[in-house]
Amino acid sequence: MAMAIRVFLSFLLFLSLTNLASSLYEDQVGLMDWHQQYIGKVKHAVFHTQKTGRKRVLVSTEENVVASLDLRHGEIFWRHVLGTNDVVDGIDIALGKYVITLSSGGSILRAWNLPDGQMVWESSLQGSKASKSILNIPKNLKSDKDDLILVFGKGCLHAISSIDGEVLWKKDFAGESIEVSHIIQSPEVIYVAGFVGSSKFYVYELDAKSGELLKNNHIALPFRTSGESLYVPDDKFLVLDDARSKIVTININNGDINYNQKQISDLVKDSSGQAVILPSRLPGLSALKINSQVLLIKVTNEGELAVVDKIDNTAAFSNALSISEDQHVFAFVQYEDNKIHLSIKDVNDWSRDLLKENLVIDHQRGNIEKIFINNYVRTDRSHGFRALMVMEDHSLLLVQQGEIVWSREDGLASVVDVTTSELPVEKEGVSVAKVEQNLFEWLKGHVLKLKGTLMIASPEDKIAIQKLRLGSSEKSKMTRDHNGFRKLLIVLTRAGKVFALHTGDGHIVWSITLNTLRKSEDCKHPVGLNIYQWQVPHHHALDENPSILVIGRCGPSLSAPTALSFLDAYTGKELNSLSLAHTVARVIPLPYTDSTEQRLHLIIDFNKHAHLYPRTPEASEILKHEFSNIYWYSVEADNGVIRGHALKSNCIHEVVDEYCFVFRDLWSIVFPSESEKIIATVTRKSNEVVHTQAKVMTDHDVMYKYISKNILFVANAAPKASGDIGTATPEEALLVIYIIDTVTGRILHRMTHQGCQGPVHAVFSENWVVYHYFNLRAHRHEMSVIEVYDQSRADNKDIWKFLLGKHNLTSPISSYYRPEISAKSQSYFFTHSVKAIEVTSTAKGITSKQLLIGTIGDQVLAVDKRFLDPRRTLNPSQAEKEEGIIPLTDSLPIISQSYITHSLKVEGLRGIVTVPAKLESTSLVFAYGVDLFFTQIAPSRTYDSLTEDFNYALLLLTIVALVAALFITYVLSERKDLQEKWR
Amino acid sequence: MTLFRSILAVTLFLTFFITLSPAFQSDELLLDDEEFGLEGGRPQSRPSPNIATTTTTPTRKRIPDSASDSKIQFTLEHAFGDSDFSEAGNFSARLKTWSHGAQTLTKLRFSRDAFTAVEKNKFQELLKGDDFYRIRLPSNVLSPPGREYIVSSVKARCLAGDGLEEHFVIHTEGVNILAVNYGAPGACPYPRQLKLPAKWSFKSHTLLKNTEQAPRTPIFTEEVLGGEGIEGELIKPPERSFWAKYWMYVIPLGLIVMNAVTQAMNMPEEQAGGQGGAPQQPGTAVQRGTNPGVRRR
Repeated sequence: MAMAIRVFLSFLLFLSLTNLASSLYEDQVGLMDWHQQYIGKVKHAVFHTQKTGRKRVLVSTEENVVASLDLRHGEIFWRHVLGTNDVVDGIDIALGKYVITLSSGGSILRAWNLPDGQMVWESSLQGSKASKSILNIPKNLKSDKDDLILVFGKGCLHAISSIDGEVLWKKDFAGESIEVSHIIQSPEVIYVAGFVGSSKFYVYELDAKSGELLKNNHIALPFRTSGESLYVPDDKFLVLDDARSKIVTININNGDINYNQKQISDLVKDSSGQAVILPSRLPGLSALKINSQVLLIKVTNEGELAVVDKIDNTAAFSNALSISEDQHVFAFVQYEDNKIHLSIKDVNDWSRDLLKENLVIDHQRGNIEKIFINNYVRTDRSHGFRALMVMEDHSLLLVQQGEIVWSREDGLASVVDVTTSELPVEKEGVSVAKVEQNLFEWLKGHVLKLKGTLMIASPEDKIAIQKLRLGSSEKSKMTRDHNGFRKLLIVLTRAGKVFALHTGDGHIVWSITLNTLRKSEDCKHPVGLNIYQWQVPHHHALDENPSILVIGRCGPSLSAPTALSFLDAYTGKELNSLSLAHTVARVIPLPYTDSTEQRLHLIIDFNKHAHLYPRTPEASEILKHEFSNIYWYSVEADNGVIRGHALKSNCIHEVVDEYCFVFRDLWSIVFPSESEKIIATVTRKSNEVVHTQAKVMTDHDVMYKYISKNILFVANAAPKASGDIGTATPEEALLVIYIIDTVTGRILHRMTHQGCQGPVHAVFSENWVVYHYFNLRAHRHEMSVIEVYDQSRADNKDIWKFLLGKHNLTSPISSYYRPEISAKSQSYFFTHSVKAIEVTSTAKGITSKQLLIGTIGDQVLAVDKRFLDPRRTLNPSQAEKEEGIIPLTDSLPIISQSYITHSLKVEGLRGIVTVPAKLESTSLVFAYGVDLFFTQIAPSRTYDSLTEDFNYALLLLTIVALVAALFITYVLSERKDLQEKWR
Repeated sequence: MTLFRSILAVTLFLTFFITLSPAFQSDELLLDDEEFGLEGGRPQSRPSPNIATTTTTPTRKRIPDSASDSKIQFTLEHAFGDSDFSEAGNFSARLKTWSHGAQTLTKLRFSRDAFTAVEKNKFQELLKGDDFYRIRLPSNVLSPPGREYIVSSVKARCLAGDGLEEHFVIHTEGVNILAVNYGAPGACPYPRQLKLPAKWSFKSHTLLKNTEQAPRTPIFTEEVLGGEGIEGELIKPPERSFWAKYWMYVIPLGLIVMNAVTQAMNMPEEQAGGQGGAPQQPGTAVQRGTNPGVRRR
């Protein structure tokens, strides 16, 4: 009997699972979703063009990506995203077939196969102290002998065989207190050079075969140096003194070290600015940058310095490229009144330009930050050059013959914040011709589809059908659609560039580099912070464009000056920009709009003032009206304190500032610092819609959800266990969960998970919170759910009370009400560790919810909320089963069909954003990381619409056939009747 | 005075457990009555039986002698609007030190000082301006104020009902106070009406709250889980009956058969009627009676 029950239950489970999995068919991929691959801002690039059919460039980026790009089109041949802590320090090619990368502060060396990107070997290099890491791979050596790769990292010099990654020898420099800055390899000896302190220059000579120390020499300079040094082949180093007024040449000749020094003022008359040595490696030359001028200084064999040229307004210098035995060239870019000149010159023959081209680059891309050059042989056997340029907005351009061959928008690999905007409303008056053509196309399409359905389509037809489905012009139209699937995703990138992406196919509608977020003299490290919807016109949707607010700051510290920019969401034009006198610690979009539908925003600054935007008398009037109803909270995570605030009065500086307010602390929660540390806080989304407050239970009982916008989930871990998993024992670890009302500071619910620790990822929606953490006792990740119900309304069950009006359902909810709350909770094991967690949101909140979990494998998994129901029991009753309660299991199932990213990966996943479509059943999902991914999901299937590929033609045909049949049978019966009569 | 009174109260309480002295203003919501029973019935100097409990939840049943008690007091301070804080009352509680070193607070008592005339005035000001009445407690009861004060506030108009009624729910963790939920028992949604209290004495309710343990994740044994998984894969859905499987084919087939049968029945009758002549009249009449109806359609 028990067996039978179990079988039945598992069958039921199986059935429910098949119901829940809303997977795709193979031919539906790409219908509603798109996926874009990026690599991030390029740090190093190595060309590989010799004697290969496929010409490629190998790059490593700031997003820790190692990639091989097609030099013809800029497409990715292969790509590897290393972990967030695995920063790439160097990339090069060895043996002509391996890509060697050094990463993690010089401790991991990997070789990748050049054509396909398979890893060939990996060596982990041990060392004792952190230091600069240098990758040195000898060039132009015959590949028949075992090439050495020299790696300096963690205070050790390693010689590694490039064939199998074996460490041949190792020399530890950790005890010598030398800051190694150069490794110079000649066939027999290796020179290791660097400073001890700031004025002693050491050179070690090692045997290349065994790593034995042959000679050790040093020189003490009579002054301190600036630290940065440049190696000028073949045996010289350039250093600046710490006042940056002298340039010093250190000569190492057969073990002897001597130095020459020269005042910079002797080289150039106007030397008022700070001199910087540019790190371009040019044989016999060095580049010194003073202000915006670059001096090219020739270093003769005797160590004499002579200025060769002065170049004004330079943007970028490339390293030297050797095009033949003794010909070395390099490139630089100059700006001259809105024109960009790319020049390529020979290092030795200074008078002649090998190439001088004018470039036209969209000024939205900003300045050129880096340039890498490569040569090729032209049809007339002369040398041609192509340049790879890294722009200020992190995009990558390949320039050849004065034209941009291809470009990649790699700024999109570092999305910081996302918001959405509706598209323009479709204007009336569509031409007849267009309709006719559309009608014809429509019919043709449906006939094709019909063929497909009836399985009489030829292979060509099938291809045409698939093409038609994927390339539907409908979905990338620039107007609003009835279902609300077409929107603009407006993303802010780390480079300070704002992109508008169309949800239909992901193409860039517009992009703008904000001037307020560009590097300048007074803003050295601008960062984009947030992006908000500023104005969403509903009343004037036809003639007014929505606008977007972008907030940026100079530098990472909270006290850095801030700037606001207002953008038109349709065109991307900057409407206005403000440099703020105050800082920004927090931005609070208020639930009020003025008569032009601009949303009121409160910006809290560092000095405990609140500033109102827009700064109009009307906004101030609205705020005055709601003055006593504005509450917010602040979390001091380091201090372990959460405070609640309310507005108090206007600021009083010299004059009363109408748009500035002081606030007071209403409440505070102080967590004991010795036992708890705040590791995560989550609130509800401010724009979330809840359909109903009541939840009908199985026994026809009603529970009322505790729904408050002012609710905060806090997860605290024991300080000992706030590190990585494995650093604490289960006895030390503790996770305390709080649900706090942020108006009154009341703790509504408090719960302890013994033996658990973070990292905690959580999502709060309606009356429930789901969070993910690690259980040390069970050695597994867990997900818990807490549902909060309002008991004060629980007795509104009697129908007579409703009829007589004696219920308290219509009474307003106030945070000052004493909360009577019951919380239900349940935990489940979950296999994956999680990068991000989100919940679907729909227009009216009727559709059941799904949790979107960004897994460690960079995919997005949709888990039905029903699996995370605290009411799941081991043997649900018949009534509970009917309600859809799934029998209790200890772990959450991972159904491979419910990955909404299907076979794709959103590499480096950082965040998931959900936006409701107008159609209630559907939610739009945007996942971003190094890659971008967008799709539509319908957690309860599209119950309110026919699917995109619904065959109208078949329906039409059926109706026509039925009508025809009706007529035929009518005629036949008439005829029969007549015959009957005449009989 | 208050100190003396509370000492008296505690002694009284220890002697006659349960009964509360009428001198008390506080009528605490009693959570842990189990402890009361055990505590009151036993003298304090008893050799401790060797019990090593590991949890510190005060609601758990335990033998009290494994813990030593001490009495501590901490003050409640209040402020009117943005004024400075001043003393408003006294909390007294018992601090239990368990054998494993953990300390917990139990049996909270509260005595509130009556409002002075100045304070009454200030409070009326608050009522008029719909401003906040703020209170604060130390975050550590052993070394007040601890790291920082715990602040809480409520709109003064919420407190003023018939009298002044207030609720304290104090969240503790050992000797630390995390937060205090402070407020009036009733609702007071915005906009709040101005109403002066009828009498100026506070009716205070206090409650101590500690953290609760999260429910354990249900762990099914591997065997069952594995078995279930395999079964789920292997065992086919139970065989349905013939009828359940093929009803959709059977019913139309049946209809067709019936149709054919009736037609077949009719045909011989008609033929028979034509041959039989007079005796069969009623039958044909019926036939004719129906047929014209069909034709007229």
